[in-house]
Amino acid sequence: MPRRVIVTAEAAALIGRLKQQHGPLIFHQSGGCCEGTAPMCFRQRDFRIGQHDVLLGVIEGCPFYVGEAAFRYWAYIELTIGVVTGGSDSFSLEVADGARFVTRSRLFDDAEAAVLDAAEPLPRGPQALATMTSGGC
Amino acid sequence: MPDDQTRTFVWNAAGQRERYDNFIGGKWVAPVKGRYFADSSPINGKILAEVARSSAEDVELALDAAHAARDSWGRTPPAERARMLNKIADRIEENLELLAHTETIDNGKPIRETRAADIPLGADHFRYFAGCIRAEEGTLAELDNDTVAYHFKEPMGVVGQIIPWNFPFLMAAWKMAPALAAGNCVVIKPASDTPLSLAVLMDLVADVLPPGVVNVVNGHGSEVGAPLASSPRIAKIAFTGETTTGRQIMQYASENLIPMTLELGGKSPNIFFADVMDADDAFLDKALEGFALFAFNKGEVCTCPSRALIEESIFDRFMEKAVARVARIKLGNPLDPSTMMGAQASHGQIEKILDYINVGRQEGANCVIGGERAHLGGELEDGFYVKPTVFVGHNKMRIFQEEIFGPVLSVTRFKTLDEAIEIGNDTLYGLGAGVWSRNGTTAYRVGREIKAGRVWTNCYHMYPAHAAFGGYKQSGFGRETHKIILDHYQQTKNLLVSYSPKAMGFF
Repeated sequence: MPRRVIVTAEAAALIGRLKQQHGPLIFHQSGGCCEGTAPMCFRQRDFRIGQHDVLLGVIEGCPFYVGEAAFRYWAYIELTIGVVTGGSDSFSLEVADGARFVTRSRLFDDAEAAVLDAAEPLPRGPQALATMTSGGC
Repeated sequence: MPDDQTRTFVWNAAGQRERYDNFIGGKWVAPVKGRYFADSSPINGKILAEVARSSAEDVELALDAAHAARDSWGRTPPAERARMLNKIADRIEENLELLAHTETIDNGKPIRETRAADIPLGADHFRYFAGCIRAEEGTLAELDNDTVAYHFKEPMGVVGQIIPWNFPFLMAAWKMAPALAAGNCVVIKPASDTPLSLAVLMDLVADVLPPGVVNVVNGHGSEVGAPLASSPRIAKIAFTGETTTGRQIMQYASENLIPMTLELGGKSPNIFFADVMDADDAFLDKALEGFALFAFNKGEVCTCPSRALIEESIFDRFMEKAVARVARIKLGNPLDPSTMMGAQASHGQIEKILDYINVGRQEGANCVIGGERAHLGGELEDGFYVKPTVFVGHNKMRIFQEEIFGPVLSVTRFKTLDEAIEIGNDTLYGLGAGVWSRNGTTAYRVGREIKAGRVWTNCYHMYPAHAAFGGYKQSGFGRETHKIILDHYQQTKNLLVSYSPKAMGFF
């Protein structure tokens, strides 16, 4: 099953450090303005997930959600979460340490898309956290 | 000041410090934890100044100062507050070059724009609200012979404001001017990558306002913005920034039951009807500039006209001229007054833009100009430059739906007026739109159907005070740059007064 969201080694290391510093984390990517259209990383307790947020995947044990309206356009995109130094200011936790998560996109090929089409729909809402199998964040 | 305008620049001229703390209670106060971060220029990556990396403790100090000044400022007569706002405007105008230079160096936007737009518009904003507050009145109604309802406007008290990095100075003016006019004390957090123009301003106006009326806390969103927005000591929070954070701000505000105004993103359509090509005249020339305005402020504008919808019958002819216009956009050192487009604001931003250019190609959009990083060489090689880019595709592509926040335009075509409206509205956002037509009825009908708060009609990227600005849908709510914003910074007090000496008869 192709994974919809994956991380670079550098991003994985950064997530590990942020987890140690802040506790369980959550990622959400939206579509707008300034520092938007890039993944936002918050403490899980600081961001409320709604019924219209889709659990795209799990990275380093942390849930990665996107808004349902945005997800419509991402159905066949593989997101790779990477890191750069020096992003613009944002509420995302890594910014205070001089880093910024960034997204790189790849369109799934026809074979991958077919597998995804046949799969179960993605879970939605905070209850989807209970379906995460690869250990808590 | 630049010793050679086209090559190097010098920070630390008169009016620019090497280190900025927080501006609290009328003076500069070091951050409690003593931490600083380096603020650098996107023009060439060089460090400009050390800035306070504040934390929740500094937010508390700022709130202390704001609350100490609150009652006195709230009782200051409107004419007196207006006089001070006008004085702030005077100081801005007297120091235009200093502020324009600071803004250009910190954000990367061209000095042409900071001199002609950002700084003068900022000054004007203080003047506009100085005027509004003097003309403001409450109301009264005689309900019956013995009962009168008096409606008074009162300040909310202490308000929190969080502003973005794309128009650091202007966004500070948009937020501060109405809040101060309405008699509130402010705790404002500029973006950590663009703190300098507001800091320079505070040095210029430190003697104008009573201490504690404006407090600036520098630092990062998660360390300063979050404690400010979730503080029970503010009566209101105002935020301009991205969508997910807008949700988080609303969640924080809900904890304390405070009102907020939010200005979030956009994917604004610029709609060109066939009649714009009826003549090869000044208006067509203006429309072509309108097309190219996706490059204004290097595309880092919430209202960037990042989609162009062109009527089918003129598509090829219009695009030929329009792309030629884009080809003339001069990219370069933002300090060069002939530069039209400067550096993107940060490494993170340019990475995002380049990913979207890649996405556009993967989606099958046709890149007709640009589509890559620009290498300007020499001292600018470490700067963040992207060539103005135009794609042709359809409205269901990601590059038509998601905010790229860079100089990337996505172009598509429409056949009928209804289709133009449909495509125009097929977006999560509703901040801006542009409608271009020589036919006033067409322009009016389309403008009224587009679900956006600001519909530029036969123009774009004009931000005069007294024209309301704000979003529909996922672009947020509340309207700025117009006196209606004062309602968001005031309470209405109803004194319901009885002049009757008799009991009601209940008990």
